[in-house]
Amino acid sequence: MPEPLLSITDLVVEFKTEDGVVHAVDGVSYELFPGEILGIVGESGSGKSVSTMALLGLIPQPPGRITSGTAMFQGRDLLQLKKKELQEVRGKEVAMIFQDPMTSLNPVLTIGRQLGEAIKTHFPDVKNEEVKERVVSLLDLVGVPNPEARYGQYPHEFSGGMRQRAMIAMSIANSPTLLIADEPTTALDVTIQAQVLEVMKRVMAETNAATILITHDLGIVAEMCDRVVVMYAGHIIESGDVATICRSPRHPYTIGLINSLPKLTEDEERLEPIPGAPPSLISVPPGCPFHPRCFLSQGREKCRTEVPALVPAGDGHAAACHFSEELVGYQSKYSKGAEVA
Amino acid sequence: MSEPTASGGPIIAPVGAGSTEAEGLELKVRSQWSYARDRFLRHRMAIAGLVGLVVIFGAGALCNYIAAYPLGYVDLTNVEHGPTTFGHHFFGTDTTGADELTQVLYGIRTSLEVGVFVAVVSSVFGLLVGAFAGYYRGLIDNILMRITDLVLTLPALAILLAFSSLVGQRWPSLRGNLWVLSLILAGFFWTGIARIVRGVFLSLREKEYVEAAKASGAGDLRIMFRHILPNTLGPIVVNGTLAVGGAIITESALSFLGQGITTPNVSLGALVATAQSYPEAWWLTIFPGLTIVLIVLCVNFVGDGLRDALDPTQRRVRA
Repeated sequence: MPEPLLSITDLVVEFKTEDGVVHAVDGVSYELFPGEILGIVGESGSGKSVSTMALLGLIPQPPGRITSGTAMFQGRDLLQLKKKELQEVRGKEVAMIFQDPMTSLNPVLTIGRQLGEAIKTHFPDVKNEEVKERVVSLLDLVGVPNPEARYGQYPHEFSGGMRQRAMIAMSIANSPTLLIADEPTTALDVTIQAQVLEVMKRVMAETNAATILITHDLGIVAEMCDRVVVMYAGHIIESGDVATICRSPRHPYTIGLINSLPKLTEDEERLEPIPGAPPSLISVPPGCPFHPRCFLSQGREKCRTEVPALVPAGDGHAAACHFSEELVGYQSKYSKGAEVA
Repeated sequence: MSEPTASGGPIIAPVGAGSTEAEGLELKVRSQWSYARDRFLRHRMAIAGLVGLVVIFGAGALCNYIAAYPLGYVDLTNVEHGPTTFGHHFFGTDTTGADELTQVLYGIRTSLEVGVFVAVVSSVFGLLVGAFAGYYRGLIDNILMRITDLVLTLPALAILLAFSSLVGQRWPSLRGNLWVLSLILAGFFWTGIARIVRGVFLSLREKEYVEAAKASGAGDLRIMFRHILPNTLGPIVVNGTLAVGGAIITESALSFLGQGITTPNVSLGALVATAQSYPEAWWLTIFPGLTIVLIVLCVNFVGDGLRDALDPTQRRVRA
């Protein structure tokens, strides 16, 4: 096994609110290897974004607080870095792509100037002409047509897809070794999504950056990722490589997620939702956080009292369920055709 | 919005220089400022104000060259003469026989210097205060804004009078000095801009593009002055313009009350004050007084025009 590029251990992030303490991320550990694309899936509020924002110190403190955990990245613990050191890491070694390209670009700066800023932040001595050259080639790389002219334009003159391309260009401006893409296509319509995913694939191949792809879209995970981590209520409940998780999931929540996707090959009248609603993170249910909605837990004492640990379930696959052996041999509705997305 | 890849070609065409020319798409680069300029040019009152300002301030700036007489030239044989073309005394002469038009021109130059200096100094200072208060919030915000509130609650004219006379007594050589007076004025004019800038910073610091800038490694100062500041330029320009008018009026009032600019410098307010004793020589009051009114009116028209042009939430142009 190669050395992991990033290894997060027992990360806990809490937010103090007037109603109580929100346990946004509760003991999350995962590893990321060089050049790998890791998907983090989960519904809104499951802690997917927060767990990565914490790496770059982007959690507003207060109200947020990183109570425990380490995040080793290239021999350093990101969570212990001082503000100045963190600024060095941000945008240079670890870069982020944000969800909404409409609001993540400054409306009064030209695209060229904003991309140039990303470079100049870390290399203030680079000559302006060189910065411009680099920016134009970046725009070209992400498929912005006529980059020379686009360089001088403002974000409002870009369409949504073009803006997200510009954001991607900005994130790779300093050739980071780790790229965090926080729902990069959620704000885009489906056809543009496909284009942007193509661009991301190309960019990842080009820069060979390891990538954390946060999404709630299992289709995107199946399409893009090597491995996937499924989060629920601040916990990792299952992790493994994409094919394994999609075909033979070992956690009832993952099964619920997969089954709630419509299948194109069959005529389905209704979608199959997971019953119930995600728990409030202020008062997470005792025991397994998923037990009130789980089809395995009904009437079982252990689910209500004991928090299940993430235990190996075969080749790189792990699930946090007391009764995951009962799911051995379970075939998701995508397992037969191996046709996932 | 133009989407140059929507031509049905491959999703990511290998893009090289000139490939869009083939698609016949022409991109015209237009900045926010060019839209603002168009809106400003369509604002008739603002253009009238701008023309008026250029004429009046231009005359003031060139007073050395266009005044018919040097400043301080007196002609005791020709005192209190009404406006006439004779000897180019278009605004008449005062009680020492000095040409009133010459004095008004020099007075305009004083007003121009005071107005611009006060506007620039107070804008820069107010901007710094507002930026730090709005960006850092919390204790820094509290301290800076309470100081601002304090300055705002002071009765400006009374304090200015007292302060100005104090400086005059303490350092007689600085009495009536234009720059000292301007500095004192600037000490009162920065509050408005500080509050406006703070408000803008408070709202913009939460924007996603600020977070994106933070995530790309920008430090606090870089975020404040490179990313947020350009967004506040509109209100700053508008407020700074209006501050020019405010400063000119206040300077005139102070000079009128005898605690502003004194000889050898000429001030429009001081001219009006002197004229009080000679009600029969109406031109000595009317011309400098009218000049003050015109300057401030023009400045305010321009300020209104800029506000309409630069306010992105208000696309409609009132003309």
